[in-house]
Amino acid sequence: MTDLNKLTIADARDALKKGDVNSVELTQACIDAIDASGALNAFVHKTPEIALEQAAAADARGYADAPALNGIPLGIKDLFCTKGVDSQAASGILKGFKPEYESTVTTKLFDNGAVMLGKLNMDEFAMGSSNESSAYGPAVNPWKVDDRNLTPGGSSGGSAAAVAADLCLGATGTDTGGSIRQPAAFTGTVGIKPTYGRCSRWGIIAYASSLDQAGPMTKTVRDSAIMLSAMAGHDMKDSTSADLAVPDFEAALTGDIKGKVIGIPREYRLDGLNEEITKLWDEGAEMLRAAGAEVRDVSLPHSKYALPAYYVIASAEASSNLARYDGVRFGERAPLGAGDGINEMYEKTRAAGFGPETQRRIMVGTYVLSAGFYDAYYNRARKVRTLIKRDFENVFADGVDAILAPATPTPAFGIGEVSDANPVEMYLNDVFTVTLNLAGLPGIAVPTGMSSNGLPLGLQLIGRPWEEADLLNIAHSVEHSAGFVAKPQKWW
Amino acid sequence: MSIDTDTARRVAKLARIKVEEDALPALAQEFNAILGFIEQLEEVDVDGIEPMTSVTPQRLKRREDVVTDGNQQEAVLKNAPDAREGFFAVPKVVE
Repeated sequence: MTDLNKLTIADARDALKKGDVNSVELTQACIDAIDASGALNAFVHKTPEIALEQAAAADARGYADAPALNGIPLGIKDLFCTKGVDSQAASGILKGFKPEYESTVTTKLFDNGAVMLGKLNMDEFAMGSSNESSAYGPAVNPWKVDDRNLTPGGSSGGSAAAVAADLCLGATGTDTGGSIRQPAAFTGTVGIKPTYGRCSRWGIIAYASSLDQAGPMTKTVRDSAIMLSAMAGHDMKDSTSADLAVPDFEAALTGDIKGKVIGIPREYRLDGLNEEITKLWDEGAEMLRAAGAEVRDVSLPHSKYALPAYYVIASAEASSNLARYDGVRFGERAPLGAGDGINEMYEKTRAAGFGPETQRRIMVGTYVLSAGFYDAYYNRARKVRTLIKRDFENVFADGVDAILAPATPTPAFGIGEVSDANPVEMYLNDVFTVTLNLAGLPGIAVPTGMSSNGLPLGLQLIGRPWEEADLLNIAHSVEHSAGFVAKPQKWW
Repeated sequence: MSIDTDTARRVAKLARIKVEEDALPALAQEFNAILGFIEQLEEVDVDGIEPMTSVTPQRLKRREDVVTDGNQQEAVLKNAPDAREGFFAVPKVVE
């Protein structure tokens, strides 16, 4: 078999089971692809020794009655703490940090036989939509239309680039405001953010705890279903993780969506929305209708306020979560001058260790939580969040099973093209994705078409809480109808 | 609401991030762009609306109040930039 790294998880699993290939061969094919992918800057800490050891163990275990991911090589976002392996959230302040523990999600993946190829690039502390805010430098999209390097999106940009370029069979991502779905859409891959509480957050470096969720990033909807079943589940170490049974998500992929009611939110039809995105969205609705679903207009009246509410809440939580980076317990401490005391140590360490976007969000968070502004900003944003969630509850109460929306307002843009001068411009990338995080709902991005200049475009489906199985099935139907098979031409 | 250089300096201090004096005006301007964006929230009628505390309506799980972990001094100190004699070391705090 050639190009083993190009297999999907489902196909690799079947080939392993049949004995057509073993995990060491499969893993070596990915390691070779990674070694030849420096220009993408996707893998930032490679772990080939660990990978080959895990692959050999998977082969020794055998594939009859094997766990779901036995011998499957994956990439892990740098945000996940992995024992003894650099885990620095793409931040200078965590340089050299090698956790003494393993995150719950990666533990579950390894218990399911998965192989770890290394750690993947991302925006620092998952704050960004282009992977440009990274201490490792930007990850690069394997898709290209001219000389420019395009962004794979963010924050899980390295994960998206690695999956799209066939450096791994699947990857973990995390999503606080769109960080799985936007990069998936920019790279022609699939990514699902499950319901808040579906995956344990323990051992995932925190950005905004009430919004953060882990999820899989894969080549197909089926692969996402397989990975999500392995990642999800209750964990005593995360009190917000839900004590609910995890369904066999793959078994839910029947392809039958007859009678499902799909909502099209009219507030998402923004003035001046990219025509290609509008067309893609209409085509998606038509695919669902042709598959037997009922498509109807719905209203989510507070959508417009999701982004500003998000920036208050996420920044506030970030300012609190990131207070722990003080140069005392882990990471780097800035060089101190003679006579510098503890406050100078904090201030210099945090100024040198955090990048500009992280500093900005910490300070905005500090401001909105400060005396005199707490009610005007933070409490008001939390009230708006209640209203945004209620919008979705009303739509679901009217019998809607899922909502169809664009994943991003544009196709992938060039690195350095969105100006640094006005941070708000970059924030607008998350306009279609951020509402779900505020409402705690599951959402999936599926590639369904191409822009006129040859870049992948994705649609987003939003589901009811805890009904990822149904959501994946609807996404599976859309994926099948769209028949998206394009891959980036190798240039790296 | 407009943020001036003094407010920017105060926020940086509260956040324990050193910002050089000559960088403060640009920082204040960035804050103003972001806060201008956030101020849209003032349009929303939030009378009688409870601020969200938990996105999933569930009671957080409790566990037995027993010791489940500990005796890991070496692991705890392993990543410290400066650890001595079983302690985290920091610059002098008290004269």
